[in-house]
Amino acid sequence: MASPRRLQVNESASISVVRFEDQKIIDPVAIQELGQELFDLIEKDDRKKIVLNFDNVEFLSSAALGKLITFEKKAKRTGAQMILTNISPEIYQVFAITNLDKLFKIKDSEADALAVL
Amino acid sequence: MSATPPPADRSLQVSLLSSLESYHGFIQSILEHLEELGWKHSDLFAIHMALEESISNAIRHGNKEDPAKRVAIECEISSVRFWIRVCDEGAGFDPKAVPDCCDPDRLEVPGGRGLALMQAYMSRMEYNDRGNCLTMEKSLAAASSGACRCD
Repeated sequence: MASPRRLQVNESASISVVRFEDQKIIDPVAIQELGQELFDLIEKDDRKKIVLNFDNVEFLSSAALGKLITFEKKAKRTGAQMILTNISPEIYQVFAITNLDKLFKIKDSEADALAVL
Repeated sequence: MSATPPPADRSLQVSLLSSLESYHGFIQSILEHLEELGWKHSDLFAIHMALEESISNAIRHGNKEDPAKRVAIECEISSVRFWIRVCDEGAGFDPKAVPDCCDPDRLEVPGGRGLALMQAYMSRMEYNDRGNCLTMEKSLAAASSGACRCD
């Protein structure tokens, strides 16, 4: 993929471990770029196992949630597995309020996610 | 030791451009003042969410990013209460007509989660009849539901 601006992607065996560059995922241009970089992982790079590590994320808007939902749908369509990890209590509450904790597979740590992928 | 007087309560009115790049400085100034007043991190997160969602909705959905339209904000803050009214110049909408984003059958539908988040994080939230002005309040004396409800 072209050098990403919003994501850090590390390959570990067959698993792509993704971290977010932005601590606050709010800006609409950043969200658009972040979404495209995520989509490229599965649509261009054909990644099938993805860990999204949120340890750097302090805040995200509903627009960012919308992009993650679109990514989840695309991943499901291409047969890719995706697990979210290292979510702070505040961010986890955002997922819980919107019932997205039931849509996404969430693990406490990256190691927990790597163990089941 | 001299006692430091507590930061004053604050009341303000601002008129924001209908640009999604125009309002982050305003939000930051509100959060900084609330922090000075002693609001704790989890409450600041909640208010940040309510400000972000309400103002971005007014710009994006209300004013449709029309540079000729403004978002009018009135805000009152103290050490125990945050109150805000956000008005756009759009036609308004019926919040009851917004589908429940938390419905298990609609979880994969992107969008529509801002209302649920504001409702969960604020003590009180209501639209005017036209649906172009949103009033919200968070009082430290009142607990928010935290439940998933978009209606």
